[in-house]
Parts: sequence; C-alpha cells; structure tokens
Amino acid sequence: MLEIVQTNENNYISIAVTGDADASSSIKLDKGLRSAFDESHSNIIVDCTNLNYISSAGLGVFMSYIEEINQTNTTFVIYGLSEKVLKVFGILGLDQLLILRKTKEEALAEINGL
Amino acid sequence: MRISLVVALLLWLIMTLLDVLQVLAFRSDVDLGISPVVPVLIMDFFFVFLVLYYRLRITKLESTDFIDYLWRVFAIGLVATLVSVAIGLFNSSIADSALAKNPFLEEVLFSIRFGMVSVFLISTFTVWKKLILYQKSKRLVLWWNVFEGIVLLSIFFDLTGAELQTSDLFKVLFGIITLMALILSANLKWVAYLNFKQKWKSILLILLITIYLGYFFASIYVPGEDTMDNLKSIDNLFVISLFVFLLFYSIFSLLVILFNLPTSSVFEKKMEEAINFQRLSQSIQQGENENQIFDILLTSSMSAVYADAGWLEIDRNKQGTEELEVRRKNLSPTNRLEVIEQIKTSKQKSVLKNPLSKATEQDQTLVVFKKSNFRSVLIVPLVIQEKVAGHMYLLNELSDGFNKEMINIINTFASQASISIENFRLLGEALENERYKKELNIAKKVQRALLPENLDHDSCFQIHAYTQAPDEVGGDYYDTFKLSDHKFVVVIGDVSGKGTSAAFHMSQMKGIFQSLVQLDLAPDEFLVKANKALSGCLEKTSFITLSYFVIDTERRSVEYSRAGHCPTLFYSSQNASAEFLENKGLGLGILRNDSFKNYVFVNKITFQKDDIIVLYTDGISEASNHSGEEFGYERMKKILTDNAKYDAVSIQKTFIKKLFEFCEDKNLNDDYTMVVIKFK
Repeated sequence: MLEIVQTNENNYISIAVTGDADASSSIKLDKGLRSAFDESHSNIIVDCTNLNYISSAGLGVFMSYIEEINQTNTTFVIYGLSEKVLKVFGILGLDQLLILRKTKEEALAEINGL
Repeated sequence: MRISLVVALLLWLIMTLLDVLQVLAFRSDVDLGISPVVPVLIMDFFFVFLVLYYRLRITKLESTDFIDYLWRVFAIGLVATLVSVAIGLFNSSIADSALAKNPFLEEVLFSIRFGMVSVFLISTFTVWKKLILYQKSKRLVLWWNVFEGIVLLSIFFDLTGAELQTSDLFKVLFGIITLMALILSANLKWVAYLNFKQKWKSILLILLITIYLGYFFASIYVPGEDTMDNLKSIDNLFVISLFVFLLFYSIFSLLVILFNLPTSSVFEKKMEEAINFQRLSQSIQQGENENQIFDILLTSSMSAVYADAGWLEIDRNKQGTEELEVRRKNLSPTNRLEVIEQIKTSKQKSVLKNPLSKATEQDQTLVVFKKSNFRSVLIVPLVIQEKVAGHMYLLNELSDGFNKEMINIINTFASQASISIENFRLLGEALENERYKKELNIAKKVQRALLPENLDHDSCFQIHAYTQAPDEVGGDYYDTFKLSDHKFVVVIGDVSGKGTSAAFHMSQMKGIFQSLVQLDLAPDEFLVKANKALSGCLEKTSFITLSYFVIDTERRSVEYSRAGHCPTLFYSSQNASAEFLENKGLGLGILRNDSFKNYVFVNKITFQKDDIIVLYTDGISEASNHSGEEFGYERMKKILTDNAKYDAVSIQKTFIKKLFEFCEDKNLNDDYTMVVIKFK
C-alpha cells in the first residue's frame, strides 16, 4: 500500500510518500509526482520519512523525472530516506543524480539556495 | 422365454386331447384309467408356463410408453374376441346340423376359446403389474409380491376340487384376493404422466379391454344349458381371481383417467416447466452459447406465464456502448418502444421483493396499463455475477395476468438462466486463462534459452550459475563470452520491475551484450555503448543494472565496471575474508544522454588461487523474512567465508539453502540469480 499526500506551501510543493513503493503501487507514485510536476512549480520536496520499501519499479519512477528536473531547472529534493531505502538509491547511483537530504530543514535549505 | 411358450402350447394341446378323450370315454363308458387330477394338473401347468412366458416377455420390454402396453393388451384381447366371436358364429351357423351336437367339436372349440382367454387374462395381468409398480415403493413391492404369490398359488387350488358355491375356504381365499386386488388397484401413478391425448387413448383402450373382460366372463361363466359339468370353470379360483382383479383395475383406471382429464393440462404445464428448467441448466453442457440460453429463458418464461409477448434486454458490458442487446418475441420494435413509454408513464407500478437479494435493483416490477393492447407487464432483472446484466419484460393482454405462482416460476427460471450464463462465462474465462498459461510457459522456455547453458571458462577458474523466478518469466540476466583463449567476459544484470515487461527488456539486453561484447571493449566503454543502445528502446521508467567483468587468466586479473548493480562479493584466500567490491556506477537507462560516461568507472583486481567472486541479483540480498529483516550483506559475507573451501557448485547450493532457511516458508517474490566463480 502506498499513500501520497501533496501540500502546496508558499514557495514549494511537498509530497509525502507513505508505505511501500512496489511494482503495483509505483503507478500511484508516478501519478502523485506527475500532478506535482504539472503545476510547473520550481521547488518540489518529497518526504520519504514513512517510505518503508522501494522496489526497482519505484526507483524507476523517480528515475524517469531526472531529465525533466534538469530541463525545467526544478529543484527536486528527496528527504527522510531510511537507511535501507537510501542504500538502494545508492547502489543504483541515483544519489549522484538526485538531491537526497536527511531532514526537512536540509531539504528546505536546498530550496532556499543556502 | 420361447421354451415356456412352447411348453404352454404343448400343455394346451395335451389338455385339449385329454378332454376329447374323456368325452369319448364318457360316451363309450370306457374308463380311461386316468386320474381326474391329471387334466387339472396339466391345466395348472399350462397357466404356470403362460405366466412365466409373459413375465419374461414384459421384462424385456423396457418401454415407458403406457399406451404401448395398453395397446398390446388390447391387441391380444381383440384376437381373443375375434376368435371367440368366430367360434360363436360358427356354432350358430351349424346349430341345425348334426355337427352342432358333436361333443368332440364342441370340446375342441371350447378349449381354443379357453386357451385364448387364458392368454388374454395372463398377458393383461402382467401389464397391469407393470402399471401398478410404476414408481414403486418398497411397501408396494411387498404388497404386490404377496398378492402375486397368492394368485399364483391359487392356480393349484383346484387340485382340492373345492367350489365357490360349496367351499368356505374357497370363499375366504377369494375374499382375501379380492380385497388385496382392491387395495392394489389404488396404485395409478402412471395416469398422472399421461398427457391429454394419451389419456383419451387410454380411456378408449381400457374401455375396450373392460368390454372384452365382460364378454369373456359372460361367455365362459354363463354356460349353455347343455354344457357338461366338467367344463364349468367357475370353480377355478385362479381364473376367477384374475377376472376380478383385472376388472377392478380396469374400472379404477378408467375412472381415475376420466377424472384426471380436466386437470391434466395443469400437470402437463408443470412437466413442461420442469423440462424447461432442465434445459436451462443443461444448455451449457451441450455447448450452447449465451444467446441460446437467453432464447430458452424467454420462450420458457413466456409459455410458463401465458405471456403474449416479451423481450430481453441484455447489457453486454461492451466498453463504449451503452446500447442494450434486445431479443424480442411476438413484438415489433415500435411496439416495444411504445410499451417502454407506457411503463415510464404508468402510475400502477408495484415492486415485488426478490427473496434472494436485498438490493432493490434486483426487485421485480409489475406494471398495469389501463388502455393498451397489453394490460400487464412483468419486469424481471437478470442478475449475473451479482450484477444486474439485463431485464426480461413479459407482456400479457389481460390485466392481472401474472399471479404469485407464475412470478415464482419466473424467478427460478431467471436465476437458473443466470447461473447457466455465469457458469458459461466462468468456463470461458478459465479456458482463456489456460491459454495464457500455455503462452507464458512458452515464454518461459524461450527466456530460459536466452540464459547460457554452458558458461565459457578455461582451466584457471570454475564457474557455476543458478537462477529462479517466481513468475513464469523474469528479468534476471547473466551471460559469458570468450574473447580469446585466456580472456573471458562474465556479465550479470537485473531489469527493473518483474514479469513479462522485465523479460522483454532482458532479451534486449542479451542482444546488446552479444553484439557489443565482440568489440572487445573496456568495461566502462561497454556500459556507455550499452546505455546508448538501451536509451532508445527501454520504457521511460525502466532501467537495467549490470556488472561487467573481463577475466584475464594469463595476467590473472579482473577488470570490472558496475552499472547500478549490487556490489560484487569477493573472497580473498590470502586474507581468508570476504568483502564487497566498492565502486561507483549508474544503472543503464537512467541517464539517457552523453553525460552517462561520467558516472561509470573501471576497477581492477588481481586474483589468486582459491579466490572467489560471487555475482548475484538483489532478489538474494534483499530477500526478507517474516519480521521484515533482509538477508543482507553481512550474512552473505559470512556464508562465503565459512564455505570458501568448497567448489563453486557447493557454494551456490549452500547459499540458496541458507537463503531458504532464512526466509522459512515465506515465498520469495523476486527473481534471484547467482553466479559463482572460483579461481584455481
């Protein structure tokens, strides 16, 4: 099961991801990200504090936005990844392409260009 | 069977002969010295064999057509009557001649008549038995057996020489048989199964049979004045009992059939309903399709409630079409629309709860019109797989055309048809699934063939691979290639996602590997080229992780690059410890432009004797047990260290065994692959 909650703040969009992102639920993850990106906001942060597990299909969803992030100059920050999930990001090399931060504060700092 | 008939005939001939002889002896006052018991016995055995013959004959006939049975009895009766009448006419025609007084001729004629009547009586008896025992109960069979036993025993009663008029025993026995005959005559279940036409036929046939019986009784038991005493058969308990029983049953049947005539149409209707019900439930087995079931439903429902017209609306659930499929009967399309309009405007609507369902949409509706060709309409929903899949409209020209009985019947019809269609659809789905399964099995075989059976190697190292997928097809990939006598490429990969799409991408990977590997590229160059090739054909959200190894057995070195794949486990015999080879590298298909080359690197190690490389996919390292704990790197390191002294095959087997132990009975839900290389 996967829950996606989007909240629009002053200068960024926050997406909270809760649960497991496996082959079947990654479609939901893609929908959630898609709608956020469709708002053409320049700052998007993803709260993965409650993301227990991510499969290759889930990683594929994040991966598919890399090009768009670069083209649209969106600041896209993922934070709160558990050690296990972070390791998976690392093995695949996504940590080199996406901005991964530990806490929300660090993520917001990234947005504010600090 | 034939033998008993022949014996009966012979006995009859002997009997006739004896009678004639007796008359002769009587005339000439000669004592033949024959005991008076002998002719009686012969007659008795004649009866016995006749009974035997008919019993055997009737068991051979396994017809359930009662008219057929009655017809046989009638035919025998007709022959007997004709013979009897002919003899009567012959007698009267020669009344004036000397021949009339001839006792021999008279004796012979009587014997013929007697024989015919016996045949008629006994054949009728067996047929009546068949009718009485139709739909028999245990009790009835017992009753009948007792009755038949007594009647058959009564054949030999005449050996006592007792007569009705004088013997009390005769009277008592006769009384018992008559009583039993009366009781047994109440068994007329077969009558119910006759249709109207058959009932009329039966009445006619039984009436004629009754007339025969009366005629024979009269002709035999009302003897002429000059008939000799020994010809009187009134003292034969068997014959008289038979007469009484046959007559009773005939009269009973006649009356019952007659009184059943007015209600027979109701019974026929019920039978028809039962048959229609059966047709609805059986139609699937006969390989009929849904439309035929709908047609049977409409036709049988209409006839069950005497509807004048009707139609079915079926929602085929075809996407994009709201249109209902309509099957009409006795109604034109315009009339149908008129009726629908009237239903909409009618104020006299009543909803009848469906006893089988709580949902209001599954209720039936009864509509009454004031001014129309049709005065009442019954609307029945068809519920298939718990969804309303259509409606049946039944129209009647009379107001209040549908009573409760009828509505109940329609309910059963509709639900039976729904079950049939449900079964039909399920069967179809099952067949479809079966087909998919077969296709997937083929895919599995094809994919299996993509993985190498023999792995390229030389005498410097041992290599062994193992792979397993929970789905029919998987996304794990490994391969080898021999670049030269001492240079080998080993590759392991994992396609993101699972199942069929992963399997397709895996086959693309195989193609790319087999083409590029021949160029003898450096590991990182290979990855860059592979990434470029895959960029065009991978789905947007798909990627492939890969580890690429070039083993040089001459230089005893391994060059490798990693593209997002799980880190390789390496055991050094010198250190007697296992470590994961750390190097950076991005998965294939993640960056689909030229910048990818910035994210892949080449590393190099040298190997010594008994060093081990373990390649695997994340299905192994990330396999979890019930408490969500992962198999993990530490466990893998320990297993390898503990088992380093064994050969590649044993190491793989131990790994998988330990993996299963760790996961216990939890099903592995990912593909898992392992390649073990042990240097010599």
